[in-house]
Amino acid sequence: MKLLVPVKRVVDYNVKVRVKADGSGVETAGVKMSMNPFDEIAVEEAVRLKEKGAATEIVAVSIGVQQCQETLRTALAMGADRAVLVLTEESPEPLAVAKLLRALVDREQPGMVIMGKQAIDDDMNATGQMLAGLLGWAQGTFASKVELSDGVATVTREVDGGLETVALTLPAIITADLRLNEPRYASLPNIMKARKKPLETIAPGDLGVDVTPRLTTLRVAEPPVRQSGVKVGSVAELVAKLRAEAKVI
Amino acid sequence: MTALVLLDHADGRITPAARSAVTAAAALGEVHVLVTGAAIGAVAEAATRIAGVAKVLRADAEIYDKALAEPLAALLVRLAPAYDHVLAAATATGKNVIPRAAALLDVQPISEIVAVVDAETFVRPIYAGNALATVRSTDARKLITVRAANFDAAAAEGGSATIEEVEAGEATPAVSRFVSTELSTSDRPDLASARVVISGGRGMQNGENFKLIEPIADALGAAIGASRAAVDAGYVPNDYQVGQTGKIVAPDLYVAIGISGAIQHLAGMKDSKVIVAINKDAEAPIFQVADYGLVADLFAALPELQAELAKAS
Repeated sequence: MKLLVPVKRVVDYNVKVRVKADGSGVETAGVKMSMNPFDEIAVEEAVRLKEKGAATEIVAVSIGVQQCQETLRTALAMGADRAVLVLTEESPEPLAVAKLLRALVDREQPGMVIMGKQAIDDDMNATGQMLAGLLGWAQGTFASKVELSDGVATVTREVDGGLETVALTLPAIITADLRLNEPRYASLPNIMKARKKPLETIAPGDLGVDVTPRLTTLRVAEPPVRQSGVKVGSVAELVAKLRAEAKVI
Repeated sequence: MTALVLLDHADGRITPAARSAVTAAAALGEVHVLVTGAAIGAVAEAATRIAGVAKVLRADAEIYDKALAEPLAALLVRLAPAYDHVLAAATATGKNVIPRAAALLDVQPISEIVAVVDAETFVRPIYAGNALATVRSTDARKLITVRAANFDAAAAEGGSATIEEVEAGEATPAVSRFVSTELSTSDRPDLASARVVISGGRGMQNGENFKLIEPIADALGAAIGASRAAVDAGYVPNDYQVGQTGKIVAPDLYVAIGISGAIQHLAGMKDSKVIVAINKDAEAPIFQVADYGLVADLFAALPELQAELAKAS
């Protein structure tokens, strides 16, 4: 079975983002970029399935600017076999991404698409569900465990009250939550090998997809800053203040 | 304009988060709610009494019983043409279903809104809440999930809506099937809607030590939460997690015990009315958002806090 793993290039999760002074967005110039952490988990899961013999080939896909090649090389170094970059000037919205991925699914015919549950830049948490909808495939979102047997993926999902397990008839979409696995670090030899793995670049037009955004960002602002309060000297003082001053207990 | 809200319910009760979504919808026009599941007569009756709801659509059928995304999204797609807005609380169900339905309607969904500006303009957090984006949708129909902590829950009583039956979709060869749930059981209030939340972090050192928090939670009528670090370390189950990728809470009182205050944790609790932090590291970032900070060893402070709360006020 072939696996398709979409990966997104985002501002590194350790970077404290700054809103641009003109309110048009957040500053990304000169900022460290990395693979979306949830997508790293998705790549790791795909590589583990291949190592277990449940998958035969892993195709990593990224959609965005030329530098997304670096993100794809990371996926290749972790164990993906080849990569496809859909070159766009900006990062398209989830709806357009889902349409591009549907076109790639039509071309590649994977048995499963594994991807992060959300990107840590726009925090939409939508693309996997949308791709599943467009394809009419089953979806196993927020996955913390995936098991494959006889054309069925048994997926344990992190839900509000705890865990839920669903059985999905393949082909299916899986979106990775934090506790699905711990992604490996690519070794130096694997990073070297990844440079020689095939990476194909295509345009959205080649896939027949219109990526015009549906949402217009009118402005981006800093959230209201919370004033830091006071330090108290003892538990007794804390409880007294919560009772008399804050009146919350 | 008319808005449809997919109403979350659990154990026969409508969740407060669902009633928050009703409040958001009421800012957009007349509110209809959709109640789905098997044998949901009582829930639909309760939905008619929610303040501000004009009509309750009841889809009572086995295929909706476990709130699987595939049949629920298909149902929303069938009902959507009559509505300008389709909303759900940003719960595990809402987040699972709304984007799928949106894709089928060729709509870009708007996730986790925290404010309604007008019928096509909404505010939503990006970058783990480190920035707020105001976005305008050009889609003819808007599909939206609502961050419940930012909208007061509509009153459970006061409405007098009518009920309309919705025909169930065909039980086409299902691509997904419910297997089981493993839900945490607790007599404490629900984390997402509790008035007081007390959370432990990596500083708790192990799951056993969370027992030190329990009597304090009991004394305060609080829900117990945790940081991602504590959940990742296996101290407590995943549904305890407060943060950007866990639950977003905004209680009257949030008590952070042994939590350093990583950005992603703050994103889940910084809208709390009063924040208390107890941490032995005076430089911990949690103190920057705390109204009351106590620099102390939690293993000394927790028993003291328990004793102090036991004293009459």
